[in-house]
Amino acid sequence: MKYIGKKIHKSDGNALVKGLPVYTDDLGINNNTLIIKILRNPHPNAVIKSIDVSEALAMDGVECALTYKDVPDVYFTLAGQSYPEPSAYDRRVLDRHVRYVGDEVAIVAAVDEKTALKALKKIHVEYDVLEPVLDLDTALDNKALVHPVQPHTNFDIGCDASRNIASTTYTEQGNVDEVLKSCDAVSGLRCRTQAQAHAMMETYRASVAIDYNGRLVVTSSTQIPFHVRRHLSRILGIPKSMIKIIKPRLGGGFGGKQTATAELFPALVTHITKKPSKIIYTRHETFSCSTSRHAMMLDVRLGADRNGRIKAIDIHSFSDTGAYGEHAPTVFYVVGHKTLPLYHSEACRYYGHALYTNKMPAGALRGYGATQGTFAQESAMNQLSDMLGIDPCELRLMNLLDEGDVHHELDGSIPGNPAVLKSSALKKCIETGKKMIGWDEKYPRVVIDDRYVKGYGMAVTMQGSGIAKIDTATAFIKLNDGGFFTLIHSASDMGQGSDTVLLQMAAEVLEVDIKNIIVTSDDIDTVPYDPGAYASSGTYVTGNAVIAAAEDMKRQITETAARMLHTDAESIEYGGDVIRSKDGSSISLREIGEKLCGFTGKDQLIAKGTYGGDTSPPPFVAGFAEVTVDTETGRCAVTDFCAVADCGTVINENLARVQLEGGIAQGIGMALYEDVIYSSTGRMATDTFMTYKIPCRKDFNCIRTAFESSYEPTGPFGAKSLGEVVINTPAPAIAHAVYNAVGVRVTELPITPEKVLMGMLKKDG
Amino acid sequence: MMNIERFYRAVSAEDALNVYQNTEGAAVLGGCCYLRMGAKNITAGIDLSALGLDRITVSGGSTELGAMVSLRDLETDENILKNFGGLFRDACADIVGVQLRNCATIGGTVAGRYPFSDILTAMSVLDVTILFASGASMSLADYMDSKKPAKDIITKIIIKNNVKKAVFNSVRNSHGDYAVLNCACAVKDGKYSLAVGARPQKAVRVTKAEEFLNNCAITAETAEEAGKICSGALDFQDNIRGKAEYRKAVCVPLVKRAVMGAAYAG
Amino acid sequence: MLVNITVNGQKRELTADPGEFLSETLRKAGYLSVKQGCDTGSCGLCTVWVDEKPVLSCAYLTARADGRSITTIEGVQKEAEAFAAFMADEGAEQCGYCLSGFVMTVLAMEKELKDPTDEEIQHYMAGCLCRCTGYMSQTRAVKKYLESKK
Ligand SMILES: Cc1cc2nc3c(=O)[nH]c(=O)nc-3n(C[C@H](O)[C@H](O)[C@H](O)COP(=O)(O)OP(=O)(O)OC[C@H]3O[C@@H](n4cnc5c(N)ncnc54)[C@H](O)[C@@H]3O)c2cc1C
Repeated sequence: MKYIGKKIHKSDGNALVKGLPVYTDDLGINNNTLIIKILRNPHPNAVIKSIDVSEALAMDGVECALTYKDVPDVYFTLAGQSYPEPSAYDRRVLDRHVRYVGDEVAIVAAVDEKTALKALKKIHVEYDVLEPVLDLDTALDNKALVHPVQPHTNFDIGCDASRNIASTTYTEQGNVDEVLKSCDAVSGLRCRTQAQAHAMMETYRASVAIDYNGRLVVTSSTQIPFHVRRHLSRILGIPKSMIKIIKPRLGGGFGGKQTATAELFPALVTHITKKPSKIIYTRHETFSCSTSRHAMMLDVRLGADRNGRIKAIDIHSFSDTGAYGEHAPTVFYVVGHKTLPLYHSEACRYYGHALYTNKMPAGALRGYGATQGTFAQESAMNQLSDMLGIDPCELRLMNLLDEGDVHHELDGSIPGNPAVLKSSALKKCIETGKKMIGWDEKYPRVVIDDRYVKGYGMAVTMQGSGIAKIDTATAFIKLNDGGFFTLIHSASDMGQGSDTVLLQMAAEVLEVDIKNIIVTSDDIDTVPYDPGAYASSGTYVTGNAVIAAAEDMKRQITETAARMLHTDAESIEYGGDVIRSKDGSSISLREIGEKLCGFTGKDQLIAKGTYGGDTSPPPFVAGFAEVTVDTETGRCAVTDFCAVADCGTVINENLARVQLEGGIAQGIGMALYEDVIYSSTGRMATDTFMTYKIPCRKDFNCIRTAFESSYEPTGPFGAKSLGEVVINTPAPAIAHAVYNAVGVRVTELPITPEKVLMGMLKKDG
Repeated sequence: MMNIERFYRAVSAEDALNVYQNTEGAAVLGGCCYLRMGAKNITAGIDLSALGLDRITVSGGSTELGAMVSLRDLETDENILKNFGGLFRDACADIVGVQLRNCATIGGTVAGRYPFSDILTAMSVLDVTILFASGASMSLADYMDSKKPAKDIITKIIIKNNVKKAVFNSVRNSHGDYAVLNCACAVKDGKYSLAVGARPQKAVRVTKAEEFLNNCAITAETAEEAGKICSGALDFQDNIRGKAEYRKAVCVPLVKRAVMGAAYAG
Repeated sequence: MLVNITVNGQKRELTADPGEFLSETLRKAGYLSVKQGCDTGSCGLCTVWVDEKPVLSCAYLTARADGRSITTIEGVQKEAEAFAAFMADEGAEQCGYCLSGFVMTVLAMEKELKDPTDEEIQHYMAGCLCRCTGYMSQTRAVKKYLESKK
């Protein structure tokens, strides 16, 4: 193969390294854009008694100051999900009831930032302060209600606002309670995972103007341009056709930009004032007034016989969705569905609730619940291996599903008809990872000296590739007059390189130099529908669509060439740049393109491909951690992390490697550094890069990666996804390594030096 | 967001002081790394960058740092390394990055009297005199202790070159984060000085531990004992980076290592 | 107020508020490579050179830069292009939002440190946060780039 599996350079890479202006705020072409600032609520739970904006409005340079009285009275969700969204419609643009510290109270637009900020101070608000729900553990059936009125839901997601329940899940195969009773060993842990921040480098932002057709033109740093358009249409009460979304390069997303956090404000301001406007979230707002990972409490039990055969898996969870339910039911669902089907078991169960609290809403973040579930299940696996005295790798190898096995909880299953795992090289991943890290020689620990001990730990994980039976993407390919192609799609590259990977697939099928294909993906007026960059769908779902489009283009070219060469399609040998007939005549692609676009041909070729999968084939990672623990301070440093992934065929080795490394790094951050702390009054205390520490490059320098490829028959060239699965193993593997080093099992993330040292001191009495 | 109404580039220390003392709401501009985060309205921002205060010089057994010396210079300057070993290099090492340290100044650091400061903990074990634009001078210890320092401008910081060995170390949850606890130890004229900071309150000398060290041979055991003395004598509190009990516990090995480093290693 | 600054070798007379920082002034003047990633001086995205030294332009007052010489990545496109090839070989660009500041720091390091060790590279570059890459690929690119210059 010419392009698949190769280290093809990222199509936009050169521009990015040279600092060219390609991001949302680099592209503002409107003079006199209004600057928007938001007045935010200081109380975790309050009702606005009175609000007076007259003084702000009277200020020179203030264009508008909107309160709940001025905005459309409509309920919606901002979650970037296909319609009808599973998330509850529990939000309004501005509500009298403000539900977390940072919730929007008023929207001010002014001629410049200074004026807008000054105007915020001139708005007078009186609040009726209500009792807040600040603790996940006491949210269920708390007297205080986050949503006193039951919100509309499109499906029965088990939402019961009168009990602070945002959604409910229950799934069980077999009878878990019964089977657990028959087990020789049952491990059990209560795990807590934190509300990790995306911390993408480019904060939330969008700008809006009205064009010559009276349409609202929204330029936004978003992963979900089509969903943004649908949300704005609902919120503003204008047809979708009156909204255009432009998605420039993104400065990172990680799922944060799978929620339409910021777009509605400039959209509303411009819709009302008819003037261009923009909003740029500060870092502080990005941390504390957007979304985060769902913090969770997970109770997990694993039962096995004495030989290590797993008989039952039981996971109960409460998920903290904060003040609003963006992605609450779906993230909650994924927790169990991307963990239980890793292993064979006689019975398994996953159940619990996502709960409303008066904290910043949670949303989508890389891993989407699987990260939390993996931490719990894999931590319990490691505990079980201790109880049974079986090597943790062995324990996995004994119990993992193999290629061809079925599991009722695999995506794509229907009752009575479990889905088949069509591809898995996870066992190979484990073997390779063991060798890389030197497992057999070093596990469980190597004592360096009086002070330092190295511990070793491991975990495995799975994710999905797109959402089965929902995600559907279309790609177009166009043959241009110069004989080059345009690939038109909307997989919404946010840096991971989907533009490049899709180009590779198109070039491979079309058999042309990759430079002969240009890619466009930034204007939804012209690109075909795609749900966007989430659910690990770019390579798998949109990739399959691109292949279908390219095949369609090939067919069209072949037929056209046959016509032009006065022969039949069967006699044509498609050869990329040159199309030959068996009789020896030939025509170049360039000539075909030229002719078709002009009067002689009158038939520009446009191909399309659409794909939506019945299953969501899981990619896998086996992660191995070496953690060096300073036994004096409890500080843990990851001194080696070996991650071996099965993402099916590796389409682009470089981009895949960096996905893997980057995901592991983000996972290490979650495992060790990224703490989310609320004050007793409900204010997020970790709302800057000074207080919320993402890893810096001195924190580790040792992520090693490898790929063990299975072949996924439904995937493009055998590929599966990779973008999310990469973040799941560090937390459980590192916790395991710490335990093996010093005997302290930390089940509450992050694993801070304090937890480790105090654990050691407690253990030693 | 900080606001500055007037940017005033001073032509001399007297000029700067004059504007500072006679303008309500005036502020001295150091590297502005901290200033910019405040919501302060500054009527006159007094800039010292034309006063040649960005130099490090050695004279008469002392090292003189101009107030506008950057933390990056403090970290890399050869005279500093020669006279104080790795003390300042190590105290600077985790302060964000080179770019921030090229901005932040020693004057701003001292004037800020930050309780978390690694630099101030390092300085606490040295003999440091602060010179002011008014001509006044004061020891660092007195300056740190004063309730509200006089409205003056720091021009220079003078450190005695009487250090045989000095060591800084800290516990941090991650690199580039503020310290959960920091500690410095120096040997000057055969005597130990020891300071612990980021408790999270400001750095203090621990005289009880110093006296102990000055009257015994330094071994792993006595160094640890010094740690225990500090841990017992000091007041620790909670903040988002750690609880008092953790600080108290980790104080022991931190001090022990600093003492051992100052007494032996390298 | 009016400030005279040489930006990328070109004398510019720029207007700025007395309390304005370089990052804002430079963006307003069209140097859009300058990005801001935080409000606290923590991320390194806004790194430019003032008199050849890498500084946080978000913390450097424009008024103070009067009479000085500023370099943004727009002024070192050739060097950036040379480095870009090494980034491309590693697939290290990812979203790219941190890269202007990152590249300015790499180029500054190249001038300041002779033959840096791995540890010295990590230390010098520590102020450049990146959320996408996990840093490994960036480090590989930097090392290969420095190697190529030997
Ligand atoms: C993100 C971040 C992380 C940090 N992390 C650490 C860390 O881990 N460890 C650590 O030790 N430090 C840390 N610091 C603090 C840093 O080291 C400096 O101490 C701090 O930035 C102050 O220095 P400055 O020059 O920026 O002062 P400025 O912000 O300019 O000024 C600080 C105060 O001092 C006053 N001032 C300045 N100069 C003078 C003068 N000559 N005379 C009188 N008053 C003056 C100012 O008016 C102001 O009130 C951090 C700073 C930031 C921004």
